[in-house]
Amino acid sequence: MRDLFMPRAGRLVAAGCAATLVLGTAACGGGDSGGGDSGGGGAGTIVGLITKTDTNPFFVKMKEGAQQQAQKQGVQLQTFAGKQDGDNEAQVQAIENLISAGAKGFLITPSDSKAIVPSIDKAKQQDMLVIALDTPTDPPDAVDATFATDNYQAGKLIGQWAKAKFDKGGKQAKIALLDLNANQVSVDVQRDQGFLEGFGIDVKDKARIGDESDPRIAGHDVTDGAEDGGRTAMENLLQKDPAINLVYTINEPAAAGAYQALKAAGKEKDVTIVSVDGGCPGVDNVTKKVIGATSMQFPLKMAQMGVDAIAAYAKDGTKPEKSVDTGVQLITDEPQDGVDSKDSAWGKQNCWG
Amino acid sequence: MSTEAAAARGGGSATANGAPVLQAKNLTKRYGKVTAIDGSDLELYPNEILAVIGDNGAGKSSLIKALSGALIPDSGEIYLDGQQVHFRTPMDARSAGIETVYQTLAVAPGLDIADNLFLGREERRPGVLGSVFRMLDRKHMRSEAKRHMNELGVATLQNIGQAVESLSGGQRQAVAVARSAAFGSKVVILDEPTAALGVKEGNRVLQLIRDVRDRGLPVILISHNMPHVFEVADRIHIQRLGRRATVITPKSHSMSEAVAIMTGAAPPPPHSA
Amino acid sequence: MTTATADFDVRRHDSLGLRIQHVLHANPVLGPLAVLIVAIIAFSIVNSRFFSAPNLSLVLAQVTVIATLALGQTLVILTAGIDLSAGAIAVFSSILMANFCTKLNMPGLLALLLGFACGTAMGAVNGALVTRIKLPPFIVTLGTLTIFFSLNSVVSRSETVRGSDMPDLMTWTGTTIPIGNFRLTYGSIIMLALFAYFFYALSSTAWGKHVYATGDDIEAARLAGIQTSRVLFSVYTVAGLLYAVAGWILIGRLASASPNVGVDYNLDSITAVVLGGTSLFGGRGSVLGTLIGALIVGVFRNGLQLAGVEVVWQGFAIGLLVLIAVSLDQWIRKVKT
Repeated sequence: MRDLFMPRAGRLVAAGCAATLVLGTAACGGGDSGGGDSGGGGAGTIVGLITKTDTNPFFVKMKEGAQQQAQKQGVQLQTFAGKQDGDNEAQVQAIENLISAGAKGFLITPSDSKAIVPSIDKAKQQDMLVIALDTPTDPPDAVDATFATDNYQAGKLIGQWAKAKFDKGGKQAKIALLDLNANQVSVDVQRDQGFLEGFGIDVKDKARIGDESDPRIAGHDVTDGAEDGGRTAMENLLQKDPAINLVYTINEPAAAGAYQALKAAGKEKDVTIVSVDGGCPGVDNVTKKVIGATSMQFPLKMAQMGVDAIAAYAKDGTKPEKSVDTGVQLITDEPQDGVDSKDSAWGKQNCWG
Repeated sequence: MSTEAAAARGGGSATANGAPVLQAKNLTKRYGKVTAIDGSDLELYPNEILAVIGDNGAGKSSLIKALSGALIPDSGEIYLDGQQVHFRTPMDARSAGIETVYQTLAVAPGLDIADNLFLGREERRPGVLGSVFRMLDRKHMRSEAKRHMNELGVATLQNIGQAVESLSGGQRQAVAVARSAAFGSKVVILDEPTAALGVKEGNRVLQLIRDVRDRGLPVILISHNMPHVFEVADRIHIQRLGRRATVITPKSHSMSEAVAIMTGAAPPPPHSA
Repeated sequence: MTTATADFDVRRHDSLGLRIQHVLHANPVLGPLAVLIVAIIAFSIVNSRFFSAPNLSLVLAQVTVIATLALGQTLVILTAGIDLSAGAIAVFSSILMANFCTKLNMPGLLALLLGFACGTAMGAVNGALVTRIKLPPFIVTLGTLTIFFSLNSVVSRSETVRGSDMPDLMTWTGTTIPIGNFRLTYGSIIMLALFAYFFYALSSTAWGKHVYATGDDIEAARLAGIQTSRVLFSVYTVAGLLYAVAGWILIGRLASASPNVGVDYNLDSITAVVLGGTSLFGGRGSVLGTLIGALIVGVFRNGLQLAGVEVVWQGFAIGLLVLIAVSLDQWIRKVKT
């Protein structure tokens, strides 16, 4: 009843404030302009970094690497990110912002390799240098350069390692594949298929997950690349086939979740987990024997190279090499013949996150 | 305005016995430049059905809202049983004994009859179960609900546990009216009780209203339905231009005369308070 | 004693379709329960491994976090509201409690209780915005979802806190105990206890009746004397506490507190509520239905995997079920008077 007496104007003002707060926060969540993050004043050259999200530790470290390098080079870094993996809209907006800010170029980990291309074309029309990091665009030459992990190679290394280990022990493998999601994204497909090929399994179509028919494969499930998804996926696959003794995981958080499931089933000593990433928590898990082997990526290197390339382009127009493989390094404490690797101590020195 | 005010006083037939149960004096309410009620009076005597009629904009609903606590008047007084009262919320009016049955009935359709009867006044189990665990005494509420409905002569509700939305319009009205009569109330206000009902059910609700009055509760009935008003009211309060124009009875005036006074086509007769 | 003066018409004889409609209307849980039973039978036939104590215990453990979230969500949806920030509050609370006992070195119990308090406070923020500023719950919780999610990133620095670094109390909810052939986690037991409590509260206390009345017709409830603002505020606040408890159970399941989990929890909690027969329009439904709804999702996920169905069809199946559930609810609501 008191509502009858709250003056109309007061209510409108309150609603307006709340709406602004809500919209403002929503907008900020989608893209954060880190302008001035790396001071040094510099030549006023603006370099952009657009990642898929700003919550995944991989991208957090990439951003940190870029910021440090930007400071060294004396350029101004502006960072942007989507709300979640696949948020193409936010990246399109980020590119538009960079164009109007007059950036000399930007680095991008595309959430949608195809859909972002028109925006990239717009940027290139403004003579901006565009470099893809970690994930190539489709087509790959839509950008001036790609600095990425060869995800197929990353998968292949852990596959080869696992094959060597199982052959040595004379064990017949029963393999569970814990992928990212049902969308057949490139990073997911490449790592999964690379692993299978490395292990010696006929992958049929290299661009599709799940079309294999080898009896050693117990099944696939999806994890969303996180611990909770990893645990549930592992549990269900284990129920389907209790004989599973080798688990491929899309990344180390999924591996951690899978380990919990194995531990709850009392199988953690009998099952080997392999993964990709090379984050410091993941390397710790290698030391702890949670993960048998992991392929390390180098996001910091990607970011540093990217910032250097754009700084050089701004200075005298030199363009970088079209495609640079920033490298993959197998990390394991159980080295196998025929597969080059480094131990987890080395991994600790070079990990990210 | 002042000539009409003068004409609104004085003689006319009225069946007033004793002191009024509910009395409003000079109530005024303005919303900016708009005056909803302008010095309106009202008296309600024991054992009567007082119908309040008036055209749209006459201030009928604002007057009733002031009496039921849904509106705080800018000036004027309200007396209940001779004592002045100040209502800040509908709960205040309800606690004082003025129960209002709104046009929308204010029943929760998904809850059952007993739940609705006790809505806002639920009974808890005695002892620890009630005080610590806050457990409701469903059995007792159900039996009480049955009793109230029976007392009002509303039988043949198959199941006291059935959801109110599965009842007909007239049955729902009965639940709402029963609720208003059940809790030691002193006055019952009914806002357009027959508006959404067919002929048969409308007549049954009118009978229900008579039963409430006959059980000793005075009733204020707001209605646009002249035949119903003339069938059931003891006195008829005519509201016009924000104040009381006059009070007539079904015997003293005809329906068309009442409508004429209401719309201003005819001057209001003087009446005795 | 008086003859029935107000003698209203008795109901006419109904067709089978109408009768089913009435039965479902009176017991909205029957639909979801039927789906659950049919699903269990079907999956058991396809793969006998499905209907075993170990597997069923597993499914229960898998749905526990979502079910706890969905319990809070049920309370909100019963008032015709919706809470899009459920998952964000749960994950943020779990990060807070984890950081309280590691970075701030608080004893486990204190960190846990403080984490619960934070979740409750976040729920209270939602409640205050809904009842004071009177914005629609969808908008309010959309905004708070983003705010809590961002705060989560800031506080956690995107880092996971390991279970081994935390006091045992934090991961206690993941410990299992055998009950006959089943293995239940303490988390599942807590969840079931919470469901039992709220089943009681919604059906046998005045507060419960007021929650239903407020959701069914808020104007009518207000006119009947119910303090609807208080009811709404209480519902969002209690939900916040439940989300924090879900966060604690999550730590036990993962043996870690991660800021990046639970991307879909917000929608998953709503899915469980809807599948359980609770109406998005408020005033109809029960927590029992929500538990069944959560179980349906878990059963389908586990059952389809055991049946060898490709993952992409799991999402399809759940989406289809949701559409069926909402359509069914619409049909049931049309009960004629």
